[in-house]
Amino acid sequence: MVTRVVVGAHYGLKDWLAQRITAAFMVAYTLLMAVLIPFANDGYEGWRDLMANGFVRFVTFLFIVSLCYHAWVGIRDIWMDYVKPTAVRLTLHVLTAMALIGYAGWAAQIIWRL
Amino acid sequence: MTTRTLKFRIYRYDPDKDVKPYMQDISVEVDSTDRKLLDALVKLKAKDDSIAFRRSCREGVCGSDAMNINGRNGLACLTDLSAFPDSKAIVLRPLPGLPVIRDLIVDMTQFFKQYHSIKPYLINNDPPPERERLQSPEDREELNGLYECILCACCSTSCPSFWWNPDKFVGPAGLLAAYRFIADTRDQATSERLDNLEDPYRLFRCHTIMNCVDVCPKGLNPTKAIGKIKDMMVRRAV
Repeated sequence: MVTRVVVGAHYGLKDWLAQRITAAFMVAYTLLMAVLIPFANDGYEGWRDLMANGFVRFVTFLFIVSLCYHAWVGIRDIWMDYVKPTAVRLTLHVLTAMALIGYAGWAAQIIWRL
Repeated sequence: MTTRTLKFRIYRYDPDKDVKPYMQDISVEVDSTDRKLLDALVKLKAKDDSIAFRRSCREGVCGSDAMNINGRNGLACLTDLSAFPDSKAIVLRPLPGLPVIRDLIVDMTQFFKQYHSIKPYLINNDPPPERERLQSPEDREELNGLYECILCACCSTSCPSFWWNPDKFVGPAGLLAAYRFIADTRDQATSERLDNLEDPYRLFRCHTIMNCVDVCPKGLNPTKAIGKIKDMMVRRAV
């Protein structure tokens, strides 16, 4: 097999931009929660009351999606930096994506179950 | 004339003779006319002529004598001897991340391959005018801080992303040069240049660690240039 170095996948901008936008959103969400949580009741009741508000549920879901997308770009960067064999890297990419999609679905189910 | 003795610990490796690299302790006497590290190295070379290092202009223009000085990349000819205390040995190693040819001399093939990959020349298909392609002073201003690069490789070899992927990541020096031509209003290949860099490895391996800015002996800022390339890509895309 020819083992020339190949580059030029012509992507990267979207992920780089998305990582920054999701980071900014997560900062805003963290600040919002820092204001809301001290006013909430303790325990399950408190969380349920907080999530009963449609807006809070909406931004919480966006936070989870942001976190997963942000983590996807970050973890993939680590694999790209340090893991050289293509087959191993592809496997790690797939496992990372599957884990993150699974987490997002699970988290969404928790928010709407509260 | 006051003299002082400087202690050195120098990375030595001659692939023809040595099984593996080792550190050599050696000292040299310098006087008040020896102002830069390169002056001391030249005296060291007179004492032990088996030590190999590159040097040429001895005034920070050619970029030949880049090396790792006490753990930090820099040019020997721009490093003041007065900054080193007599008590501690000055540790000299070759630039990290590149194959060592001998002692402080590294093989820069990969570095220049990346530099050439960004087409470091003006691309303009219009017939050349009688005298010169003119630019407004404002447009010319944009090239300041870009064209001064001497390709010493201090920045790229201090960049972890370049250490891990020297074959795929262009590196700070190459990207600074890329922006030098992207920013040039006389150049007509802006879009192709951005296409060439829009890649998860070639450009986006830069994680803004900024080691490049920290070590550049000419005080340039490759991170800022990389940011401007990303900026232009965003402007192009949205």
